[in-house]
Amino acid sequence: MTPLSKADTTSHLANWRAAAVATLPVMFGYLPLGAAFGILAVDVGIPWWAAMAMSILIYAGAGQFLAVALLANQAGLMEVAVATLMLNSRHLFYGLSLLRAFAGAGWRKPYLVFSLTDETYSLLTSQEGHAGQDHAQAFRLSALNQLWWVLGSLAGVLIGSQLAFDTTGIEFVLTALFIVLTIEQARRLRRWLPFIVATFTALGALALLPERHMLLGAIGAASLILLLQYRLGSAKQRTAKRCMAKRCIAKQQQRETS
Amino acid sequence: MTQNSLPLLGFIAVCALATFLTRALPFIAFSRQAEHPLVIHLGRYLPPAVMLILVIYAMRDWRPLSAGTANLSANGWPMILAGLIVAGMQLWRRNALLSILAGTGTYMSLVQWVG
Repeated sequence: MTPLSKADTTSHLANWRAAAVATLPVMFGYLPLGAAFGILAVDVGIPWWAAMAMSILIYAGAGQFLAVALLANQAGLMEVAVATLMLNSRHLFYGLSLLRAFAGAGWRKPYLVFSLTDETYSLLTSQEGHAGQDHAQAFRLSALNQLWWVLGSLAGVLIGSQLAFDTTGIEFVLTALFIVLTIEQARRLRRWLPFIVATFTALGALALLPERHMLLGAIGAASLILLLQYRLGSAKQRTAKRCMAKRCIAKQQQRETS
Repeated sequence: MTQNSLPLLGFIAVCALATFLTRALPFIAFSRQAEHPLVIHLGRYLPPAVMLILVIYAMRDWRPLSAGTANLSANGWPMILAGLIVAGMQLWRRNALLSILAGTGTYMSLVQWVG
């Protein structure tokens, strides 16, 4: 390997700094949320190293809170596997919409896939040029997000429940992040369709499903509707083409007979 | 490590594998379909839909019409107010960090001091 030139190092640093700025909203959300996880884990008697291992190896917000509850209830491994799969199955649809963006990501791809939380997915698909097709930048964003989560967990494990600063309500930071990203996506896409679909499926799931299935239900239904809409769209295109062809033939015949 | 740490490690491994599986499955199952027009269609329209679903999900405590009560949670109205501030700031100034801080600050003060 050739040693990095000075220009390379500075641009390297600049890239990381840009990524850090982009992940700031996630940082404000993940530090307190990770700390909440650490506090809860220690509270129910999970050793500190196990709590940290969960934040490093599992790395799923809601999933880890569920894991703590299952551990506290001494659930069987099979039950744990099924519950975790159910809770996280919305990620199936995330992957489906990132197939192309992550293609050719090389050695970074396994980590990009592993670290695909709701927040990282939101951030990656909202980057200019879409979905971090700049894989190096996508990697930096993903790694920093997990770093905030792990640091938050560490703080929670260390300080326990003796937090001096009242952080009630700080979880709103992630809601705010999703609002900002929705607006930016709308600005870029300039189409109403996905937002209409999302409103209907989310409100429908809210009304019909228990809370723990709501996200999966809404995201699954939205994917299905987009799939059907694609099918209808391409069917319409085909008929349009066929009609055109027919009209052409008819015109030709007319010309021939006249 | 105590005697209990082995089952605990097994538990963590199961959780980690199940989580990774849900994230990796589409990439394993459809690795050859990355250029399929349907996948491109989903890649274009699913992220914005998911984003709005996450917003609505995060605000699920605010249900003005459910069960005949005004609200499910005391934090419903602060949430709506703060959400409107975030959206308004973002539309006006287009500074993500500023919008998020303004909205979260509003929400935290409303919940801690008023609510």
